[in-house]
Amino acid sequence: MMENKDILIHITDRDGVSHQVKAPTDMNLNLMEVIRLYELAPEGTLGVCGGMAMCASCQCYIDSNHHLQDMNDDESAMLGEAFHVLDTSRLSCQIPIDPSVDGLQITMAPQEH
Amino acid sequence: MIKTDILIIGAGPTGLFTVFEAGLLKLKCHLIDALAQPGGQCSEIYPKKPIYDIPAFPEILAGDLVDNLMKQIEPFQPGFTLGERAQSIQTQDDGSFIVTTNKGTKHHAPIVAIAGGLGSFEPRKPPIPNIANFEDKGVEYMIREPELYRGKDVVIAGGGDSALDWSIFLTDVAASVTLVHRRNEFRGALDSVEKVQELKNQGRIQLITPAEVVGLVGENTLTGVSIKQADVTSDKPCDYLIPLFGLAPKLGPIADWGLEIEKNAIKVDNTLDYQTNIPGIYAIGDVNTYPGKLKLILCGFHEATLMCQSAYKRIFPDKRHVMKYTTVGGVEGFDGSKKQAPKAVVKAIN
Repeated sequence: MMENKDILIHITDRDGVSHQVKAPTDMNLNLMEVIRLYELAPEGTLGVCGGMAMCASCQCYIDSNHHLQDMNDDESAMLGEAFHVLDTSRLSCQIPIDPSVDGLQITMAPQEH
Repeated sequence: MIKTDILIIGAGPTGLFTVFEAGLLKLKCHLIDALAQPGGQCSEIYPKKPIYDIPAFPEILAGDLVDNLMKQIEPFQPGFTLGERAQSIQTQDDGSFIVTTNKGTKHHAPIVAIAGGLGSFEPRKPPIPNIANFEDKGVEYMIREPELYRGKDVVIAGGGDSALDWSIFLTDVAASVTLVHRRNEFRGALDSVEKVQELKNQGRIQLITPAEVVGLVGENTLTGVSIKQADVTSDKPCDYLIPLFGLAPKLGPIADWGLEIEKNAIKVDNTLDYQTNIPGIYAIGDVNTYPGKLKLILCGFHEATLMCQSAYKRIFPDKRHVMKYTTVGGVEGFDGSKKQAPKAVVKAIN
């Protein structure tokens, strides 16, 4: 039997609506791509740079106590110039979907204008 | 008035490759782009990033891809209107179009190909309350005329190359320069960071880090900014605030051209030629949408190729035309150049 490789992510979208979504861990996905997969943000407003930590359109706030991978320099520098930044801010494109983030709770940051 | 056969809006990879495919059909192209250089996102956002899914290039840097495309289209002598954003479009009685930029440059063509990617790049605006009220009244998102700042007190916000470079430049022009950044670290080129450090040591730049501009002071024009540092907010008098947080793409005025828009993109007929709901206006590359759309450079190349065939038929409805392989027909440039496969040598063996 195939091993179940899906994990659960709790996402609060920009309108404050909560979603509980399943995400596969065997597809080399990142969190930004999961948000796009479920169309939780309008096209063109999330992952504008494609996931290279070169825009801040996929910024999110980490609401749960998961221990995530440390930020690399690109992500850190981009958040240094992002808006609406909190201590819990991360770029969702830099969070790989693997079993360690099962149950992760996040809130999407407001869209920049 | 600039006249051409195909007016391309957006000089990213898809727009550039359109010039090549149009050139094979002896159609001339002119490109408009809001950025100062061709290449779109590849040049502006990720020139040093490798791309792995361009056919026949196992790996190519985005900047090199643009350089190669520029070289490939050189024989077809494309025209460029750079640093200007396509603003409005007027359909003429004969079905052709006049596109005017935000700077008033007019372009006339029978065909318009929108290859605008995610839109034109515009400055990212920080979410400071009432900032829109102070635009052009003390808040400037880009430096167009440095002399404007002569003898003035200027606050620059940001931590990248443009914030650093303009802070350095304006020390020789402005009465005072203050650089505010949320981090102690700056992301710019090492030279620029060191130069700012030196100017700070000389007292010629005031550096406020880690801090953020959180408010604007003034009645009708800007007279100061509120800066928050370590939970303490204080006002600093100034004449100008220049937020330099880089650029982000916005669909912009194209959204008001009467084109059918879906999911922030332009709907096209993908079963035929990527034409929009307005005959003669096509949309190719990341800017369009259709069932199964993938925003990939290679898909943009394909769309550009089919679109040019359709454009040819539209311009010359009575001419018969057969697609020719470049291995057979070669590439005849508008500059008189000709590339062609060498002819095989046939010689008898006695």
